[in-house]
Amino acid sequence: MKPPPIAPEEVRRAQEKRLRDVWETPSGWRYWTSVNNTQVGVWYTATAFAFMLFAGVLALLMRTQLAVPDNDFLSADFFNQAFTLHGTVMMFLFAVPMFEAVAIYLLPPMLGARDLPFPRLSAFGFWSFLIGGAFVCGSIFFDAAPNAGWFMYPPLATDKQYSGIGADIWLLGLSFIEVASIAAAVELIVGTMKCRAPGMRVNMMPLFAWYLLIVAGMILFAFPPLIAGDLLFELERMFDWPFFDAARGGDPILWQHLFWIFGHPEVYIIFLPAIALMAMIVPTFAQRPIVGYSWIVLAAVGTGFLSFGLWVHHMFATGLPQISLAFFSAASEAVVIPTGVQIFVFIATLLAGRVIFGVPMLFGAGGLAIFIIGGLTGVMVALAPFDWQAHDTYFIVAHLHYVLIGGMLFPVVAGLYYFYPLVDGRKLSDRLGKIAFWLMFVGFNVAFFPMHLSGLRGMPRRVFTYPEGLGWDWLNLISTIGAYVFAAGFLVVVFDVLRPKSRQPALERNPWNAGTLEWINEPDENWGVRSIPLIESRYPAWDQQDLIRHTDEGRFYLPDAEEGRRETLVTSVLDAEPIYCMRVGGNAVSPIVAAFALGAVFIALTFEWWVATAVSAFVTLGAILFWAWTGTAEIPEKPGKDIGLGLTLPLYRSGPESVGWWAMFITMVGDGTAFGSLVFGYFFYWTIHEDFTAGTAGPGVLWPMAALACFVAAWLLMLAARGVNARGSAIGMRLAVGAALVLTAVGSLTGLYGPWVHGMDPTAHVYPAIVWVLVAWTAVHGAVGIVMLLYCLARSFAGKLTTAHDIDIHNVVLFWHFLTVTAVTTFAVVGLFPLAL
Amino acid sequence: MAIAGALIWAAVIGTLIYATRERRRVQSEHAAGLLILWGGAIIPALLLGLLLGYALWLMPDIRPWSAPGEPAGLRIEVEGEQFWWRVRYHPADGPPVDAANEIRLPVGERVEFTLTSSDVIHSFWIPVLGGKMDMIPGRTNRLTLRAAKTGTYRGPCTEFCGTSHALMAFSVVVMEPDAFRDWLADEARPSPGAGAPGGELFIANGCPACHTVRGTEATGAVGPDLSHVGSRETLAAGIMPVDVEAIASFISKPDAIKPGAQMPAFGMLPEADIAAIAAYLEGLK
Repeated sequence: MKPPPIAPEEVRRAQEKRLRDVWETPSGWRYWTSVNNTQVGVWYTATAFAFMLFAGVLALLMRTQLAVPDNDFLSADFFNQAFTLHGTVMMFLFAVPMFEAVAIYLLPPMLGARDLPFPRLSAFGFWSFLIGGAFVCGSIFFDAAPNAGWFMYPPLATDKQYSGIGADIWLLGLSFIEVASIAAAVELIVGTMKCRAPGMRVNMMPLFAWYLLIVAGMILFAFPPLIAGDLLFELERMFDWPFFDAARGGDPILWQHLFWIFGHPEVYIIFLPAIALMAMIVPTFAQRPIVGYSWIVLAAVGTGFLSFGLWVHHMFATGLPQISLAFFSAASEAVVIPTGVQIFVFIATLLAGRVIFGVPMLFGAGGLAIFIIGGLTGVMVALAPFDWQAHDTYFIVAHLHYVLIGGMLFPVVAGLYYFYPLVDGRKLSDRLGKIAFWLMFVGFNVAFFPMHLSGLRGMPRRVFTYPEGLGWDWLNLISTIGAYVFAAGFLVVVFDVLRPKSRQPALERNPWNAGTLEWINEPDENWGVRSIPLIESRYPAWDQQDLIRHTDEGRFYLPDAEEGRRETLVTSVLDAEPIYCMRVGGNAVSPIVAAFALGAVFIALTFEWWVATAVSAFVTLGAILFWAWTGTAEIPEKPGKDIGLGLTLPLYRSGPESVGWWAMFITMVGDGTAFGSLVFGYFFYWTIHEDFTAGTAGPGVLWPMAALACFVAAWLLMLAARGVNARGSAIGMRLAVGAALVLTAVGSLTGLYGPWVHGMDPTAHVYPAIVWVLVAWTAVHGAVGIVMLLYCLARSFAGKLTTAHDIDIHNVVLFWHFLTVTAVTTFAVVGLFPLAL
Repeated sequence: MAIAGALIWAAVIGTLIYATRERRRVQSEHAAGLLILWGGAIIPALLLGLLLGYALWLMPDIRPWSAPGEPAGLRIEVEGEQFWWRVRYHPADGPPVDAANEIRLPVGERVEFTLTSSDVIHSFWIPVLGGKMDMIPGRTNRLTLRAAKTGTYRGPCTEFCGTSHALMAFSVVVMEPDAFRDWLADEARPSPGAGAPGGELFIANGCPACHTVRGTEATGAVGPDLSHVGSRETLAAGIMPVDVEAIASFISKPDAIKPGAQMPAFGMLPEADIAAIAAYLEGLK
């Protein structure tokens, strides 16, 4: 393609000044109000690493306790808190958030976007993560940490005497973080689908973006079952609803299902982003495009898909029927194949290229060597007969650390060494990197390899001490020594990152000669790309001549910020055709207020301070409404603008073309999954009991059917409201919305009236409890819908929701589709299903 | 399996190291694609298919697919409690016999275990005899085991069950069938030491509220049955030797030895009384 024309020097200087002003990072205390992906990404990454170091110290304490038999360095109670928190923090506060952090930082530059579509949501997610994480970690200093193991099996974890407040801290603190994770997933999915540079069709996306799309999709289906489980769990702890109490019809196994339906995909949610980093590093060091792009994408999709069908292999010892063990055994073996394909894609790429070796490759290859051992032991434990021996022993401890440290930590450190120049303009030290690698690699294997043997010799996991003479003594001593060597290696990495580097000369851009778009970013400018280029290749920096120079000269799209607004391009999902120019949110306090207020809701709930909970919930709602009112669906001062290269794009789009619609859609898919998990619970109880209702009264047919009718009628009215609005009648729209509002309120109350009038006592048996949960879930969604309708009415009266500017009504109607499915399912299940018994 | 694993690992890592060498032939994209196909997909699929087939073929032998047709001669009911094991033998002929924290088995015979829990989830495992099975409140799990040779083994609790999870184990004694039957008959009877001195202190200090000693008025069912505690391999669920000193220390400070244990401490009793009770219990052979 012929290079686009260049603007005169002084025009470019003026453009650059305007861009710089618009994207400027605030200084002083206002620095923390920044929402730009560059700042938020760095904070997020640093915080995740800090939590990791904290959990690492806990691990060292535990290894010290276990160095010799019958040790009393730690008390049993502290040890139990320490291992619970170690697992919890590593999983929920390091492994998953780390991927979100890196994605927030890297995704926009890789896609050629100026920022993610909802930067304030990223900031909200970060602050939520920080608050929730500090709350969970801090608990151990008050001897109040969760102590029932990171998978929190009831009835141990529902026992208030045993777990005290710790279990509530786990449930509520992590629910809060899970909400933030889902927010991040929504952001990343929409960003990947809608904010790519023009011309970057899906089959040209960097592999990192593909992996993120898959992983974010997995989060959307994996986290909601856990949130549903948390809800049931907390209702049992707070109000004695017997979901997991066998004496009243509950079943502790339901928690195990819900937890592992989350927990197994979680492993791949952790592993795939690390592979994604490798998929960026390997082509750079082989100096050639990846071999088998479609192979690796398909394999990643396959892994993500299969990972949802494996969860029962964590439950092989619970006495489930052999036939289901056989099925899940086979599925667990099957997932090896797509994983193997991904590894061989890397090896094949290296073989087909000329390899330059460097510290990132060292960590990558070392991680692979460790991960493959974890994979091979995984093949072993996926076989039920082997697992019956290995389950819950140190063999599993070894296996999971080989998988997670080889499959996540080493690639992340590789990514740190690889991407550091992008952040700082300087490289980390080769020499320190090599020292760190060998300490970590040797220390890791010395620490964890002997655990295979101690496990096979019968040492159960989660023991605070062990008697001497069982053949475990010297194995444990070796493990402890290895753990300290490993920790020393990681400290070298920390030192390398933190040491002052101002005397080191700044590097040229793209120091590794990589092929992907992120390397054309200027580290000392906050605007991302100087102009958004037109993409013609998977490796544009290799294939498109003078791409960096042309981009820097502002020859491509959006080289200016004439109106003083932060802008990026929204393109179509498959072909990345430009659709509109989006104005993204600037620095703001409202996400911070919302995050702190929501954090206060969860913390107050932990201590059962009801007034504080209500006040914080009110503040949260206020902050979110203010944020939405001032920062979304803004009506532009002109319908469109010239974005360069002779292209004029609109500034406002609604419905499926807009990013907000997609965000609502994706959020509601996650919400629907949580609801589906509750419905699964209803039918689970039905299958395990002869008489599921235990003779207690149901909600009847009349009231559930009346509620169902109200919700369906409200939905029809909402469709009418959207149609009437499109035809120009503001008054008709307001009337329809008002009627829908009344019907929703009536429907919610009617739905609740059914179980109430039949005297269903949720503490008596699990049947009334699960009915109440479904009905209340629907009513709460009805209430959220009512808030949305009031918001629409207010927007309409304020002139912010009109025929031409109808984002709000489109998004609310979309919510209504999901609400209607929820309501119809709920009332059909609770009202009609008992008739079929 | 370990050897095959080591070979696979060596092959993959060897290729990886070769790939990173500077002086070597650059492979064509076609050859690289073939490597992905064979190394990543076809060979693993074949190997895993074989391995899975073998495992599925093994499974019915280790654990029956459905309820077994052949009735086991002996059934042993084991209930996990924080942090000990309630054991009840159901011989094919004769009434059930209660015991605790130790399981005796006849060699060469199939024994069926019914596994339950009264509080939280525990897991029952005798590593040398077979795989583990969880004990879940509200559910009854079945497991059959056949010991091939005599000996004394250890079984730990393998599902985290609370503060003293690490201190919950039991001993397994596999005996010749005749010796086992004699032992079980003795176990069903009161110990010859049941009427010995010290018994009155055991009764007077409230121990019968929780413990049973057959042949005396102690019939409590909250804690472990102590009818033959002196003949067991270990004390306090696999954590101490059975001697007078250990018994006395457990009576005076159970919570220090086993944090979170339900048993109240009796350290306020005169030392002489504790010693007498300990000697009495040690004599319950």
